[in-house]
Amino acid sequence: MEFLGFLARRLAWSVLVLVGLSVVIFVIARVVPGDPARMALGPRASLEQVTELQEKLGLNLPLYQQYGRFVGGLARGELGQSLLTERSVNLDIRTTFPATLELVITTVIIAFLFGVPLGVAAARWKDRWPDNLVRAFAIVAAVMPTFFIALLLQVLAGYVLQILPTTGRLPTGTDFQADITGLLIVDGLLKGQFHVVFEAMRHLLLPALALSLATMGQMARITRASMIDVSRQDYIEAARAFGVPDRVRLFKYQLRPAFVPPLTIMGLEFASLIGGAFVVELIFSWPGMAAYGIRAITQKDLNAIMGVVMVSGLFFVLVNLLIDVLVGWVDPRIRIRGRRA
Amino acid sequence: MSDLAALSNSFQNWYRFSRNPTAVIGLLIVVVAILAALLAPHITPYPDHVGAIVDFRNRHQPPSAAHWFGTDNVGRDILTRVIFGLRVSLMLAFVVLIIAVPFGTVMGLLAGYFGGWTEIVIMRLTDIALALPPLIMALAVAAVLEPSLMNAMLAIASLWWTWHTRLVYSMVRQIRALEYVEAAETLGASKVHILFREILPNCISAIAVKTSLDAGFVILIGASLSFLGLGIQPPTPDLGTMVSDGASFLPDYWWESLLPGSAILFVALGFNLLGDGLRDLFDVEDVR
Repeated sequence: MEFLGFLARRLAWSVLVLVGLSVVIFVIARVVPGDPARMALGPRASLEQVTELQEKLGLNLPLYQQYGRFVGGLARGELGQSLLTERSVNLDIRTTFPATLELVITTVIIAFLFGVPLGVAAARWKDRWPDNLVRAFAIVAAVMPTFFIALLLQVLAGYVLQILPTTGRLPTGTDFQADITGLLIVDGLLKGQFHVVFEAMRHLLLPALALSLATMGQMARITRASMIDVSRQDYIEAARAFGVPDRVRLFKYQLRPAFVPPLTIMGLEFASLIGGAFVVELIFSWPGMAAYGIRAITQKDLNAIMGVVMVSGLFFVLVNLLIDVLVGWVDPRIRIRGRRA
Repeated sequence: MSDLAALSNSFQNWYRFSRNPTAVIGLLIVVVAILAALLAPHITPYPDHVGAIVDFRNRHQPPSAAHWFGTDNVGRDILTRVIFGLRVSLMLAFVVLIIAVPFGTVMGLLAGYFGGWTEIVIMRLTDIALALPPLIMALAVAAVLEPSLMNAMLAIASLWWTWHTRLVYSMVRQIRALEYVEAAETLGASKVHILFREILPNCISAIAVKTSLDAGFVILIGASLSFLGLGIQPPTPDLGTMVSDGASFLPDYWWESLLPGSAILFVALGFNLLGDGLRDLFDVEDVR
């Protein structure tokens, strides 16, 4: 019951953030630039053409009505038409988003799989060489520009060693329709086409690794700090005094509460992860939302830009909602206290 | 505190700082980068290579004694352009932080001290800003306005203040309850006095740490923006643009892309190590 209340508060909260987000995006896209119709048609379009497009898009209405239409559309999950391709932005995003999602999920898995154990090792051997190594790695990983890591990995693994593919999601000419979830690995498994799964993983490895390094370092850093924090608690001291074996103490009593900060940070990291995905997708010719977004940006396709930014924001808010629920489950104290610190 | 005591205190601080090798390395890197950027026209080997100069006979030269970092695809000296590129990166970090840090700090002070509606409005605003990836926000703004360094900086600054607001807010919440603040209130000190003379000084060290760490990250975001083609426009040298231009000549002419990339890494690393060092010095554990 108490958990439901917590869930309801968090949900209301997310809706509020999304409303705010929609206002910000609306202001950027509709109020700041002047006339979107003129921008879409270019300087040589006639006045009639501009007025026609304005009427078609509702740009002649007062701002609050325009905002109403925009939000109404959002509520129906309708992002409007692309000003340039005249296709629905929904369709465009629906076809490109799964590729981005697959990349980001893989990235998070890699970051957790390596980051958390690295942090535990650093805490276990605090101030000894494993600790120093992990800390140095975390700092360098944090300040490496994502595009720089991506280029380095591409050159090293792709060109010099020639062990991994450096572009796209599958080898060209692969006959496979990812029409169930859009995620190649999942759809490949569902359809029992294991060679597709294998190829998809091979293609994912480099981009996901490039994107995950910074987060991995961050995870290691936070896990380390939080493990050390927890190890100073009385109950850990007690466990030590009772002679509970090191390994049991470390993994059973220390890791669970120490797991909360990395999880929470993961949620915040998502914003920079989505931004980084833009860069990585460009470098590895990944057919995701970034390529679409960048084209929209260079061609000033406002509806598409608003769509991409809104979907990125929505993604971020949903992930954080999920993480809060997860954290509430891992650490019951948080459910009672309400919001996470 | 007497002048002598203050002096001895700062010597002690410097001593503790200088015992921390990473912090000293960080400080060195930052100082070198800033000096190089300021003195760029005087110390670079080919200052005229900053503009749209073309020297096709010397294009794609590997690093050598004449060109330490090699030359690019139109024959310009890359070291020269990297040093001038530092100017852009540092300027970006400087302008963003000089807007974002004071604004964010004041907002955090207000939200933390007054509570109520002030707190609700400000803190909800920071939540919304957190939901926007800064790079994508900057991209969107750069797209809607003209892609220029100025617009990019404004876009980044318009989100960045929220981090400082959150930091200061959480500190003020703790400080507000301390007895000395209560004492000042009882004595009838003005709100402005309490906020800026009683509470703010206790937040300064944490803000300094965060600002130093931030400088590195703002440089990274700026570099990503120009890597995507939405930063400063050519022919002004910009590190991100150089990496992206050079990337099409990988792996054969690796220096054209990887050396400017290393320069970004170098500066960002400097600010980060410095921030880490300051954090140990000031003993403010939880600032990231």
